[in-house]
Amino acid sequence: MSLGSGSWIAPLRRFVAAISLPLLSILIALLIGALVIMIDEGSPLEAYRALFHGAFGTQAAIQRTMEKATPLIFSGLAVAFAFKGGLFNIGAQGQLLFGAATAGIVGYIVTGLPAIIHVPLSVLAGALAGALYGAIPGALKRFRGAHEVITTIMLNYIAINLTDYLATGPFRDTTPGNIVARTPLIEDSARIPVLGDAPGIPLGFVLALLAGLFVWWLLARTTIGFEISTVGRSPHAAQYAGIRVTAIVIVTMALSGALAGIGGAVETLGIFGRYQPGFNVGLGFDGITVALLGKTHPVGVIFSALLVGAMRAGAPQMQFSVGVRPDIIDMVLAIILFFIAADLIRRWLVRRRGERVVEGEEIMLSTGWGQQA
Amino acid sequence: MEATLPTTAQDNFFYRHRLMVGLLLVIGVIVAVAHSQEPRITHAVLSATLRQSTPLVLGALCGLWGERTGVINIGIEGQMLLGAFIGFLVNVFTGNLFLAVSAGILMGVLLGLLLAFMSVTLKMDQIIGGTVINILALGITGYFYQQGLTTQGKLQPLPLGPLADIPLIGPVLFNNPPITYLTLFLVGFSHYLLFYSRWGLRSRAVGEHPRAADTVGINVYLMRYVNVMFGGGMAGLAGAFLSLEAVGTFERAMTNGRGFLALAVMIFGKWTPLGSWGAALLVGLTYALNTQFQFLGLGEIPPQFMGTLPYLITIIVLAVFVGHARPPAAEGIPYEKE
Amino acid sequence: MSDPALALEVRNVTKRFPGVVANDKVNFTLRKGEIHALLGENGAGKSTLMNIIYGLYSQDEGEIYIDGERADIKDPNDAIARGIGMVHQHFMLVPVFTVAENIVLGSETTNGPTLDMRTAHQQIRQLSVDYGLEVDPRAIVEDLPVGLQQRVEIIKALYRDARILVLDEPTSVLTPQEASDLFRIMRELSDRGVSIIFITHKLKEVLAIADRITVMRRGRVVGTTTPEEVDEPQLAAMMVGREVLLRVDKEPATPGDEVLVVQDLRARDDRLVETVRGVSFSVCAGEILGIAGVQGNGQTELAEVLTGLRPAMGGTVYLGGVPIPFQEPRFLVENGLAHIPEDRQKHGLVLSYTVADNLVLNTYYQEPYAQGIRRRSGPILQRAAELIKQYDVRTPGPQALVGTLSGGNQQKVIVARELSRPVRLMVANQPTRGLDVGSIEFIHRRLVEERDRGVAVLLISAELDEIMGLSDRIAVIYHGQIVATLPAEEATREQLGILMAGGTVAERQPAG
Repeated sequence: MSLGSGSWIAPLRRFVAAISLPLLSILIALLIGALVIMIDEGSPLEAYRALFHGAFGTQAAIQRTMEKATPLIFSGLAVAFAFKGGLFNIGAQGQLLFGAATAGIVGYIVTGLPAIIHVPLSVLAGALAGALYGAIPGALKRFRGAHEVITTIMLNYIAINLTDYLATGPFRDTTPGNIVARTPLIEDSARIPVLGDAPGIPLGFVLALLAGLFVWWLLARTTIGFEISTVGRSPHAAQYAGIRVTAIVIVTMALSGALAGIGGAVETLGIFGRYQPGFNVGLGFDGITVALLGKTHPVGVIFSALLVGAMRAGAPQMQFSVGVRPDIIDMVLAIILFFIAADLIRRWLVRRRGERVVEGEEIMLSTGWGQQA
Repeated sequence: MEATLPTTAQDNFFYRHRLMVGLLLVIGVIVAVAHSQEPRITHAVLSATLRQSTPLVLGALCGLWGERTGVINIGIEGQMLLGAFIGFLVNVFTGNLFLAVSAGILMGVLLGLLLAFMSVTLKMDQIIGGTVINILALGITGYFYQQGLTTQGKLQPLPLGPLADIPLIGPVLFNNPPITYLTLFLVGFSHYLLFYSRWGLRSRAVGEHPRAADTVGINVYLMRYVNVMFGGGMAGLAGAFLSLEAVGTFERAMTNGRGFLALAVMIFGKWTPLGSWGAALLVGLTYALNTQFQFLGLGEIPPQFMGTLPYLITIIVLAVFVGHARPPAAEGIPYEKE
Repeated sequence: MSDPALALEVRNVTKRFPGVVANDKVNFTLRKGEIHALLGENGAGKSTLMNIIYGLYSQDEGEIYIDGERADIKDPNDAIARGIGMVHQHFMLVPVFTVAENIVLGSETTNGPTLDMRTAHQQIRQLSVDYGLEVDPRAIVEDLPVGLQQRVEIIKALYRDARILVLDEPTSVLTPQEASDLFRIMRELSDRGVSIIFITHKLKEVLAIADRITVMRRGRVVGTTTPEEVDEPQLAAMMVGREVLLRVDKEPATPGDEVLVVQDLRARDDRLVETVRGVSFSVCAGEILGIAGVQGNGQTELAEVLTGLRPAMGGTVYLGGVPIPFQEPRFLVENGLAHIPEDRQKHGLVLSYTVADNLVLNTYYQEPYAQGIRRRSGPILQRAAELIKQYDVRTPGPQALVGTLSGGNQQKVIVARELSRPVRLMVANQPTRGLDVGSIEFIHRRLVEERDRGVAVLLISAELDEIMGLSDRIAVIYHGQIVATLPAEEATREQLGILMAGGTVAERQPAG
């Protein structure tokens, strides 16, 4: 394919169009958020300034932003990856919890290993746990036609209960004086370190970026990615193409679960040092938001995760300085999501030009509850 | 084949559902025996079943009114939550329970309007649209909820005279607060409306073959809007039930997955009001048994395992029954007038 | 004002869509009680015009007159109120509803808000008697055979007192016998004063039944004539604008060894009904076996089993002497199968993929398109460019999304893909459905070329002309069984029509 002089303009125009929509959505959502703050008798400008400061103002803040973004990247990748395969994995939350718990357990039970083995082992354990837990709804969908939206949400609640049991029962921290339900502290050899000083870059964050790269490569450049993508767009055509749809669906959900599981493992091994139930309520939906904001593209997911992570990192500062509660961020995110998903801006532009556009990336998941393909 | 939706009303209802009827008879016998042995516990379990099933069946009705016209609604959870919250707030500030319930219903209707707008007019993917509603509800309730607000009273049981004195069934069925009664009425009303009225026929046509409905002059868009909003009102009512009748106050994320359970109930009930009611009672029973087991201290089983019961049952139900279920043919597909 | 003797007059109607003028100053008249055929290719504008008349669209310019009075038809309700009824090509029936529910939908008989189906049943039974259209009001539509479903559609229009009936491609799903039945009904209706517009692309039918014929091409009316004044070639030329080869030029076949042998095959459809009930036949290299039959007699499932898209419940299939595993499309493709699927947008293409990716849809994993699990875009794009040129696919380039291509070009992509690898057996299922004449000619030529190259071709089609024109041997499928196999030269339309409807013919070859 020869590179004609104008052949980079079209992709550039597409890229600009691709990011202008999210940027506009964020702007509008922030404006609406500002309105809400004003109704509540706060000062939006001060609130947003505090938010920004809490996210980027100091080196500690930047590190905090990266830390917050890390699990979001993983769960966002998990959801986005499943999307590409035509599946809505709302179960990233549960898969993440199992990953976190498993890593926490492997992190303290196994002793005497050097870090170079212990860390990957624990992460792998978390990935495996997430993969298994993610494969369940995949199998249920293919073999029994159960739609993954319901099964994954149910599995989330089951995961909350079961990991809670793990932390209060067989793997409970029994150091004297401890009354909280949690697992014991992991060995030092299992800890994921922070690289450098100013600001310190959490290794987990680096792992997350690498995961994003891997997901992109898998989807864009490999035959497996082609198979997953084809199943996602047209299971019938995939069947025609000789692709084993059932195997692909289960693999997709397993990989998705593994990504979420690694996210949980990194949280445990890098931040908390143990598994404590309740450490990340609400990350489930955040993963979906991040995936949709990033238009299910790995690069988009990373940027969205940084955005959401920054907001979450800066929220305590906003509350401390100005008294605006962090829940406003949920509302802002919901509005951003609405605008992006509704594609209002693009539709408006398209209608003005009077064209009909064929969707290259149309995501259509609503194929009904009982249909096998 | 049992796989087709029950659409003609002329066939004998009891014969077609003989499996269900038989099951009910068996349950009836079990209940009678249990009552003679342990009346208090039986009463507690039955009451709890009814109470737990109410929001589920309302949610299922919400879901099925939407899906029968072709709109998938996974935002029931958000509709319930905001309905509960708004109802709670209105009660706190006005003390008027009737107003509060109405506000909850209205909130559900408004969210239904939003969902319809996203699904029908914007033709967004309906699952994403429902998710937007859920996230929005979590955000709004989280942000605006302040600790320490107290309601001014909650809805009290209204005994229906002599009916309430019938042994066992009396106190369970006829001594209930108003929303519970209303729910039972809505089940029957939905059944009539869906299968015996002109509105129901047209709504179902829109969900099965919208273009066919369009070519005989039915306004597909309008019907979807109205039905989704009607369903939304029921979800809002479910939320009002939670905060104003069952619990009496508002807690963060108090719906706790009921909106999604309601979807499973709807599927299990084959997208029919009566079927959903039966399925809701079943799930409600698992909640009730869960509580009872914890009271009775069947200590061997960790409480968390019992806690997974409703969700586990839902998955099993889905896995066993969905494969044979036939949803409305055109659901989830945005309609384009050519 | 218009002539009151005309049931309908369309004057200078123009309708534009983005990028195309679907109707361009169309003039059309319908006399009372006549059967008027509207003839044209796919995309000629016939359906658009009818949709305007039925109120689903509104025209940009021009007027419509009904019974001499100006009529502004706002929506289907309005059209129905004015006595216009439409029987669509793809039935507008709710499959899970009863016949009665479908007929009354939108004009229900009610008792207050409650449905009164008993009255509806009575009214329908009365109509059945009046017009000789037997149906059971309580039957569930999806359980009815296609011919009966069409009857329900007609009764639907009559229930609303239609005086103008529009039939859109009504015979595409009927056997020749059922089509004759339909023509008889049409005659009866027109004798009672119902004016009928009959849309079709089938020349023979037009000459058989129409009182007048209007031909449309590219949105314009080319001319109006009568069956006495024209013959098939002339009509075809009017439709397409140039000389059309109505028969495919081909040499007699020189069949070789058996390539495909099917023995006692059984299969079920999606509703678990057995629709392939013991099918046996064989196809040799260098011949075209055409399977004739009305949609719904098992062809779809048969083709899906043979191409690995559906499991078999019994029987064996041999490809090149080797029994094939079921549900393994990849095995078949690697062993010389080319498959042009019935539903190109469902099975044959991923509309949101590029042309290039679609061209390697079932070979993406092979060298040189991939090395291990790494895909190599260079060879993929190169091959795509070659094939686009070779098959004259009209597209901006290999990176264009295949969904933007026309139906004919999409089919070309599929054909290009399937024929660009070593092939022993080609299964072509409704290969020219919905295509323009140019694309149809192209595909017919390619099928014959493949045959001449020694490929065994299995052609499944509901278009009898296509089967008769292309096949060397013809097998008729009815209710999931092959009821007859005959050499093409010996087969006549009447014979095939009878066989397709399940009848027996005096002298027929034994099956298989």
